[in-house]
Amino acid sequence: MSDNIVEIDNLSFGYKGRLLHKGINMVFPRGKVVAIMGGSGSGKTTLLRLIGGQLKPNVGEVRVDGDVVHEQSRDGLYQLRRKMGMLFQFGALFTDLSVFENVAFPIREHTNLPESMVRDFVMLKLNAVGLRGAHNLMPTELSGGMARRVALARAVALDPQIIMYDEPFAGLDPISMGVVCNLIRSLNDALGATSIVVTHDVHETFTFVDYVYFVSGGVVVAEGTPDELRNSEMPFVHQFVHGEADGPVPFHYPAPDYKREMLRGHDV
Amino acid sequence: MFKGLQSTLVGLGHRAIEGVWRIGAAARLFFYVWVYLFESFKRPRLIVREIFATGVLSLLIILVSAFFVGMVLGLQGYNTLQKYGSSEAIGVLVALSLVRELGPVVTALLFAGRAGTAITAEIGLMKATEQLSAMEMMAVSPVARVIAPRFWAGVISMPILAALFSMVGVLGGYFVAVPIIGVDDGAFWSQMQASVDFRDDILNGVIKSVVFGVVCTMIALFEGYDAPPTAEGVSRATTRTVVNSSLAVLALDFILTSFMISV
Repeated sequence: MSDNIVEIDNLSFGYKGRLLHKGINMVFPRGKVVAIMGGSGSGKTTLLRLIGGQLKPNVGEVRVDGDVVHEQSRDGLYQLRRKMGMLFQFGALFTDLSVFENVAFPIREHTNLPESMVRDFVMLKLNAVGLRGAHNLMPTELSGGMARRVALARAVALDPQIIMYDEPFAGLDPISMGVVCNLIRSLNDALGATSIVVTHDVHETFTFVDYVYFVSGGVVVAEGTPDELRNSEMPFVHQFVHGEADGPVPFHYPAPDYKREMLRGHDV
Repeated sequence: MFKGLQSTLVGLGHRAIEGVWRIGAAARLFFYVWVYLFESFKRPRLIVREIFATGVLSLLIILVSAFFVGMVLGLQGYNTLQKYGSSEAIGVLVALSLVRELGPVVTALLFAGRAGTAITAEIGLMKATEQLSAMEMMAVSPVARVIAPRFWAGVISMPILAALFSMVGVLGGYFVAVPIIGVDDGAFWSQMQASVDFRDDILNGVIKSVVFGVVCTMIALFEGYDAPPTAEGVSRATTRTVVNSSLAVLALDFILTSFMISV
């Protein structure tokens, strides 16, 4: 058994003539919390979809627990996904089901447990995210942070080996953000799982992850532990970690010469 | 000018390719609905829930419309028939018009407007809010869990709704013809009973309503499933559901009628 539960090998992916990833290599060791960071539109979420088999790479491969994801049949892929849990950016809770039914959904779909055991499992998971008391509420009655926590309880309902988080802190207040950070770390350690966190929230992420990959321009531009990256002299990492407006990632979208463009209107 | 012609041709080509692609994608979805036939009937509660959403909630609009359609048929029919001294045949006219044509067709058009749009908007929004992706990542097929139950609910609901439409329509025609105009009660029902044939009239109407149920539900499901995950995408998909369903129903009605009459 390999030490790495997920391995991304020379992966290239693009669509509509645009190459989003150009030969990405990453490994995700078992039991660790690893962050994938990068600016908006750098293809971080797409990487999660490639790991989950929702997209197929143009070149290279993703291996989950030794199996090449894109070579799996439909049944094989579903078997592989049973090892994964995913937290979507805004929770993706089923709006026609209550909090309880949302968390019970994967349990009911994949097991034949009696109703009393389903209830115990759901309450256990909801208690772990602090929302046991909210089990009767509908998703529309939850705040953003609560919805994220319910989605987290649902993602770990079947004790997956890999938990993927897509922008888990987006739109959260500082208290909810702290709660979600603690939950990601504590659930990972309690379940003995491996967590992959896609985010661009540097300061929160650096407090609880074991390893970080920086993605930009379709390649991994830097990697290391939070401490190594915090002290990195690389211009991109420095700009990203310190939130500088301009640098290797330019403030301006590529455009023709500003002066010439402004004067063009006056010539007419 | 040449550039204009070229861009028109390119645009037409793109639309043709997109059209063929959409037909192929819809056919594939239809195929998967059949693949998951057994699995969806393993969850009868889901189908019952969807029958409530598509069928029962459409009942009011269908029944009210049916009553008015029946009343208009009664008025118009009497107006024409009395010129030929055969106003007692009003029952036959109302019943045949409803059972053969108006029942299945108007029900299908109302079904597309009420239930079809709801299905498209619901599935489109589920897609936009990543609920379908979440389901896939949980190793649960959205076709088995979301699409197939709605399909069977639509196919089961449509013939029942069409039958109820015809029944209430006949009552509407009766209400105008007998108590208001004064056509003989016995003549109204007896002529209807004597002239409406089970196989040629009622069964053909049922066949039409089943076909319309399949087509309207499938269009609504496909448009929702294929909708771009944006507010504009869902809104366009909902519009397309009504337009495409209406056109399909009217065109299929002609095709089915021509087969049924030639037989």
